Amino acid sequence: MKIAVPTQLVPDLVEELVVDASGSYLDPSTVRWVLNEFDDYAIEQAILLKERKGGQVTVLTQGLDGADDALFAAAAKGADRLIKLNGDFETGVKIHALARQYLPVLKALAPDLILTGVQTHLNLDGTLGPILAESLGMPYVGYVSGVTLGDGKVTVIKEYPGGLRAEMEVSLPAVLGIQSSDTPPRYVPISKIRQVMKTSKVDEEDCGDMDESGSVLVDNLLVPESSEKAEMIEGDVDAVAARLVEILKEQGVL
Amino acid sequence: MVEMVALNATDRIQDDLLLRSCIQCGDCSGVCPLGYLMDFPPSKIIADIRSETYARVTKGDSVWMCIACSACTTVCPMQIPVTLNVMSRTKEELVLAGNVPPELQAALENSQRYGNPEGESPRKRADWIKGITPAIPVFGREKRSADILWFVGDYASFHPRVQQVTRAFARLLQLLKVDFAILGVDEVSDGDSQRLAGERGLFEYLAEKNSRSFGKYSFNKIITTDPHAFNGMKTEYPKLGYSYPVQHYTEFLVEHLDQLKPMLCKEVKAKVTYHDPCYLGRVNKIYDAPRTLLAAIPGLTMVEMPHTRQNSLCCGGGGGGMWLDGFQWNKGHARVSEWRVGEAARTGASLLVVACPYETPRFEDAVKTTGRVEQLAVKDIIELLVDAI
Amino acid sequence: MNQDIYVLVEQFKGKVTDMAFMALAQAKELAAASGGKVVGVLLGHNVAGLAKDLAAGKVLVYDDPALADFTWDAYLKVLAGLIQAEMPRLVLLGETTIGADTASGLSARLGLPQVGSCTRIEAAGGAFNYTSQVCGGKLLAQGVLPDGSVLVTLVPGAFKPEQGKSAIPAQVVAMVTPALEGLRVKLSHYIEPEGGDVDICKENVLVSVGRGVQNQDNLEMAQELADALGAVVSGSRPVTDQGWLATSRLVGKSGKSVHPKVYLALGISGAPEHTEAITGSEMIIAVNTDPVAPIFNLAKYGAVVDMLDLLPVLTDQVRQAKGG
Repeated sequence: MKIAVPTQLVPDLVEELVVDASGSYLDPSTVRWVLNEFDDYAIEQAILLKERKGGQVTVLTQGLDGADDALFAAAAKGADRLIKLNGDFETGVKIHALARQYLPVLKALAPDLILTGVQTHLNLDGTLGPILAESLGMPYVGYVSGVTLGDGKVTVIKEYPGGLRAEMEVSLPAVLGIQSSDTPPRYVPISKIRQVMKTSKVDEEDCGDMDESGSVLVDNLLVPESSEKAEMIEGDVDAVAARLVEILKEQGVL
Repeated sequence: MVEMVALNATDRIQDDLLLRSCIQCGDCSGVCPLGYLMDFPPSKIIADIRSETYARVTKGDSVWMCIACSACTTVCPMQIPVTLNVMSRTKEELVLAGNVPPELQAALENSQRYGNPEGESPRKRADWIKGITPAIPVFGREKRSADILWFVGDYASFHPRVQQVTRAFARLLQLLKVDFAILGVDEVSDGDSQRLAGERGLFEYLAEKNSRSFGKYSFNKIITTDPHAFNGMKTEYPKLGYSYPVQHYTEFLVEHLDQLKPMLCKEVKAKVTYHDPCYLGRVNKIYDAPRTLLAAIPGLTMVEMPHTRQNSLCCGGGGGGMWLDGFQWNKGHARVSEWRVGEAARTGASLLVVACPYETPRFEDAVKTTGRVEQLAVKDIIELLVDAI
Repeated sequence: MNQDIYVLVEQFKGKVTDMAFMALAQAKELAAASGGKVVGVLLGHNVAGLAKDLAAGKVLVYDDPALADFTWDAYLKVLAGLIQAEMPRLVLLGETTIGADTASGLSARLGLPQVGSCTRIEAAGGAFNYTSQVCGGKLLAQGVLPDGSVLVTLVPGAFKPEQGKSAIPAQVVAMVTPALEGLRVKLSHYIEPEGGDVDICKENVLVSVGRGVQNQDNLEMAQELADALGAVVSGSRPVTDQGWLATSRLVGKSGKSVHPKVYLALGISGAPEHTEAITGSEMIIAVNTDPVAPIFNLAKYGAVVDMLDLLPVLTDQVRQAKGG
C-alpha cells in the first residue's frame, strides 16, 4: 500500500502577520512557515495506516524555510520518503500552481491513497485535495476523521455539522481531505529527529516555470477594522465582572 | 558516579549499578508528595526494574504525577539520584514511546519550535523591556560585553504576572548600578524542566542554542531569577561542555547587600513566610541567602512553615508539572500548591514569599482556588525589596 | 456566457441548509446589478418540494436516487455538465463539507477560477468585488473577481437566511439527470451523534470556552459559572478535540450553530470556523487576553483579561446577585 501525503507550509499565526509594501500579500521576510495543522493529522493518519497494514509513506511539501523540519519530523514518525518542491512559493496564494507542481511527482509515485489536510487558513483560491483528485482522475472525500483500509477501497468517516457523521466507501486510488486522525499526532522527541536527520534524506524536485493560471488576485490584504468592534470593558477582573453582571441583568438572563 | 554506557534506554536503566543498592526502605515513595497517586511510586519502579518487569511501568502513565521536586533524592539513605535515574529516566521511555499527555506534548513542541514552552512568538521575548527607562541593555552587534549576563527565562519574559517581578529586578539592577545586559530575542528556554520531563534531546538542543548566543559576547557571570535555569546552567550545561559561572539572584544580591541595605529604608510591615523553591533549596542547598535578604527588609516578620528548607513542599511546577496540571488533577483531584498555601496561611502570615518564576502564578492560582484571596498574597523577594526602597 | 448567478442549493437530509439561503441572498443582490437571474440548482431525490421558498428566479431540479446524498462523482458530473453548458457568470456555493469539496473539484475539472472563504461580494460598476477572510480571521483579502465564469465558496456573516427566502415560488425546471453509474464514492450510512446530553442549541446562555481554558482542570470553573447562571458549557474545537468536552458541546463549522440570548466566548480567538456558528446569537460577550483577537470584531462587549482570573470572580458576583 503506497500512501502519499502532499502537504502545505503556511504562515504561522503565532507570529504577527505583516502585510508587505504593496498591500497585497504578506511580507515574506516576516513569515514563519509551519506545517498546516490539518496536514499534521494527514501525516499521522498515513503513519497509522502503515503501522496497521504495512506499506510506504511519502511526505511532500514546498521548499520553504521550515520544510526540512516538517519533513524530518514526519520521517521520525515513520515516513519512508521525503520530497521537497523547489520553486517560488513565498508570495501569492496559488493552490492551482502548487497542485500542478505536485501532479507529475504524484503520478510518478503512483500511490494507492493520497491524504492531505482538508483545508488551510489560506484557502483563498480553493483547496488542494479536490484539485489533485480531479487532476489525477481520482475520487475525493473531504472532512474525513477516520480511515480504514479495505480491499481496493477505503472506508472513511466524513464529518457533517452538528456532530453528525457519515460512513462512506471510496474505491482506490483516492484522495482524502483529512480533518482529524484516529488518534492525535504523536510526539516526536528531538533525539529521534536528530537520529533520522543522519539516516534520511530529502529528495528535491525542481519546479520549472510555475503556471499560475487560476490564481486569485488580491488587491488588498488588511487587518479587519470592524466598525462594529466590541465595546471594551476596562479595569481589573473585579470591574469587568461587575459590569458583566449588569449587562447580563440588562439582557434579562440574570 | 557510575559512567552511563550508551546502551538503549531500557538497558541503561537496568544496568544502573546505583539502583542495585536500593534497600527498598520506601522512604522515597513515602516522602513523595504525589506518591500516593502513582501506580508505581519511586521504590516500586526500582523494584520493577530489578525484577525485570519494568515494561509494565512504561506502559502506564502515573510517572507523570512526578514533579521532580527531589524530595525522594534527598531522603534516600543510599544516595541514589532517584529523581533523575528513576523518574526522569522513566519519563524518557514514555516520551520515546509517544505516551505523553497532550498539555505536556504542546509545551515540548512549543519549546522545539519557538524556544519557549508557552508557544509565544520568540520575536516578542524581550517585549517586556518596552517602556522601561533607562533602557534595558541588550547584547547585540552594538553591545558585545557587560559584567553580568542576566538570563531572564521563559515565564519571566512572557507571563504577565512574572513580568512584574522581572521589571522589579531590572529596577534593582539599575539602582545597584550593575553593568548587565540581556540576550533579548536570542535567548531560548534553559531547557532544564524539559530535561526532567524526559526530553533530554530537547534540552541539549536548547542548551546548544543558548551557549551559541553566550559565546558571541563577553561577560563575567550569568545571573538569573529562575532556579531551574540556575540549576541547568550550573550543573547540566557543563556536562555538555558549556561552562559558565552562574548565580541565582539571591546569592548575587547578598553579595551586594552592603550596597543594597542602605536603600531599604521604607518599612514593609507584614508577617511573611518564605517558601524554599525546590531547585534553589533542596537541590542546590541555597537556604540562607533568601532569608538574609528578607531579614534586611525593615518591618518584616518572618515565620517558617512546618515544611521548611530541605523539607519544603513543592509548588508542583517542576519536571514538567507546569504543563501537567490537567492530567494531574484528573488523576487525583489534588494540587500540591493548594496544600502549600494552606500551610502558609496557617502560619498567620499575610504574605507568601517566593523566589522562582513558577511559584508566583502557581501559588496565586492556589490562593484563588482555595478562597484565600483576602488572607494571603504572594510576592517574590525581589518585589518586597523594591517595595522597601 | 450569461450573466446569471447560479447557487448550489445545498440540501442535507431533506432540508435546505441555512448557508444555502444565505448564498441565495447574496446572489439576489448581485443579480440585480448584473442584470442576470438567480438560478438555484437543487440536487437530491424527491426534493422538488424544497424549491418552494427559495428566493430565486428559477430552480433547476436534478432528481435521482443517486443524488439523495452528496457524493463526489455524482455531484461533480451533474454540476460540471450544467456549468459547462450554461457558463453562468458566478456559481455560489457554501464553504461547507459539501460545497468546499465540490467547488474545488469543479474548478479543476472545468478550468474555472475559484475564490474561497468569501464573506461578501459586492457589485461595483460592472465588476464584482470580493472580501474573504484568511489567516484565522486575522486578515481580510479584497480584490476583484476575474472575468468569465467564476466559482465562489461563501462563509456566513453578511446575510441572514431569511433574506434568501421568498414567498413567491420560483419557476421549477425538472432537469434530466445524466447517467450516474460507476460511482466511486458511496454513502453507507449516517452515524448520529451521541445523545443523552444537553442540546446547546436550545440554551439561552452559553458559557463557551476555547484554547484559553488551557486544561481540563479549568473547565470546572466554567461549569461553576454555568451552574450559577443556569447556563450550559460549550466549546470550540480545540477543547472538544482534546476530549475535555463532549462533541455534542462543539460550537462551530463541524459542530452546532447556536443562537442564544447571550454567548459568552471565553478564551476563544474567533476563527471563522467558530464564528460562523455564533452569528445568530443575540449578544456575544468576548473575554480574551489578546486585544486583537478577531472575536472582538463580532462581540458586542469585550474585555481583555484572563478568563481563568475572571471566572471565579464572576461566578462569585453572579451568585451574590442572585442570592442577594
